Amino acid sequence: MTATIPKTRQLIDKASLANRPRSTLLRHLIWAVLGGAVLYVISISISQFQDFELAQICYTAIAAAGLTVLSGLSGQISLGNGAFMAVGAYATALLLEHNEQWPLALVLVISVAVSAAVGLLVGAAAARLRGPYLAGVTLALALGLPTLADYHGLQNQLGGNNGITVAPSPPPLSLGDTFPLERWQAWITGLCLVITLFLLANLVTSRVGRDMRLLREDEDAAALSGVRVARTQVLAFTVSAACAGLGGALLAWVNSLAAPGAFPLTLSLSLLTAIVLGGLGSLAGAVYGSVIVTLLPTWSTDLAQSANLPRTIYANIPLVLYGVVLFLVVVLFPGGIQGGLVRLWRALHITIR
Amino acid sequence: MVQFINLTLGGLSAGAVYAAIALALVLIWRATRIVNFAQGGMLMITTFLAFTVVSDGGSYWLALAVAIVAGLVLGAVVERLLIRPVENKPQLNAVVVTFGLLVLLQGIAGMIFGGTPRSYPPAFGIQGFQIGGGRRLLFAPNDLWVFLVVLAVMVVLAVVFRRTSLGLRMRSAAFAPEVARLLGVRVGRMFTVGWALAAAVGALAGVLIAPDTFVSPNAFDSTLVFGFTAAVIGGLDSPPGAVVGGISLGIVLGWVSGYLGSDIVNLGALVVLVLVLMIRPNGLFGHAAGRRV
Repeated sequence: MTATIPKTRQLIDKASLANRPRSTLLRHLIWAVLGGAVLYVISISISQFQDFELAQICYTAIAAAGLTVLSGLSGQISLGNGAFMAVGAYATALLLEHNEQWPLALVLVISVAVSAAVGLLVGAAAARLRGPYLAGVTLALALGLPTLADYHGLQNQLGGNNGITVAPSPPPLSLGDTFPLERWQAWITGLCLVITLFLLANLVTSRVGRDMRLLREDEDAAALSGVRVARTQVLAFTVSAACAGLGGALLAWVNSLAAPGAFPLTLSLSLLTAIVLGGLGSLAGAVYGSVIVTLLPTWSTDLAQSANLPRTIYANIPLVLYGVVLFLVVVLFPGGIQGGLVRLWRALHITIR
Repeated sequence: MVQFINLTLGGLSAGAVYAAIALALVLIWRATRIVNFAQGGMLMITTFLAFTVVSDGGSYWLALAVAIVAGLVLGAVVERLLIRPVENKPQLNAVVVTFGLLVLLQGIAGMIFGGTPRSYPPAFGIQGFQIGGGRRLLFAPNDLWVFLVVLAVMVVLAVVFRRTSLGLRMRSAAFAPEVARLLGVRVGRMFTVGWALAAAVGALAGVLIAPDTFVSPNAFDSTLVFGFTAAVIGGLDSPPGAVVGGISLGIVLGWVSGYLGSDIVNLGALVVLVLVLMIRPNGLFGHAAGRRV
């Protein structure tokens, strides 16, 4: 009985492999185009507020995808990727404040570079750390870095607790006068998400991605087979910081504000919840998780208001749910949503055959 | 010079509290090889209970007792229900579960008590001791009390671990669970006791620091990070190291806040943590053991 299961799986994998493009790059390109098309269709068929939510989902998913590469793939846990989002957000806010004419793409690229540089620094310091030590350092980072904005020596530059206002860049005139700003924001963040996922998907299937997985499974074995442990770990950290930076840059741009209040510990926590719930290590899972984590506060607010609950109750429902979900998924459903979908898919295949 | 002395003294009593939290983290680390990121949330809940007692007219001492007993119970319950399933699993699981518990507790406290910070009374006076010429030190009777209590707790714990049968069983359960089990030690129960003790120490720390931080659902986030930093300075598995780490961290952070600005104390802790881990990854008191993780 037990021997037949892997056999069936092999058959399925062969069968499904036969139907898909040989080239990984081509396959990822097809997924990217499909994903972009789906996002486009969604964005034009929903309301302005929902477009704003879509933009929120997209920038959260960008940061979550980076985190899932770090935690799920290379096995390093970070409780502080919200801090890198803050770096990206402040970089964007400062750049746009002083150079209003710069194109958004350039600003985003520089912001990503800045957060990647900070990630490289932290990653180099953290490369010697494992498990709970690394988690503690990143926790300290999440709590410590945003307070820099409030430091009296930098208050003039960083705007203290009020943060820096980012002038919203309007959609290009060629789209028409009445084109909603929110939809434009959803398009830009959606495009960034598709590009990020495309790049990460290629990274995951590349040699570097394989090295990372090996590192997660067994560090000594990885080192013995020629993987450069420290370099690969720092690389994973830098990639995740770059993604968080892009997410943060878009967060500042979409919300027209970069302020310390936007980067509480809860932000890092919601990223962690998103990837654990979606399925640790899976890019698709990071997207599902981000959708749920982003919409959860809205849902719980609607629900609570219809039930006439006081604000203190519904404002805290997401926190309670994050806690419960983290526990349940880790203990009972380690694969998360993506794991469940994969199992469902396999079960369907077996029944069809 | 007076400012330097004042900052150092102020750091001393804050450091004593960090030492207590570090002790709680170290107890749990030694017992189950888990860093309890929920510590901040657990002591927040017990401090809120103490706050309820005080605001209902109960005495400081009654509130302290309530907090400690609640800590014992909470620690045991958390270990049995939530931590048992992730013991001896990959480190990631325990980190995620304890971090999840932290927000779960914060969410629950937010629902019950709301987000407004509440003030908490100190045990003794907070006006500094007088020195010559009408000047006062930044060291008050309450600071002395905090400092002495933490010292006393450390001594009690040392006695429990070194001189009692319970302590011996707990150490053996942590050190060699299989052998201990063969010799009749109920290893699981020892873990529960370890968590309960740690949570009680944490609860005590919460009540001690509450007059400074006020009480709100996330008032103790930084305190948790400071406690973790202190524990890491001490090597994460050495109780005396945790106390030395806590007090030295308190003093350093006192200087940071006095000379550089109180806004960046959190950042100061981060810098200290990274420096310590880069220079001595095993902490000042840690054993130079192979990597465990």
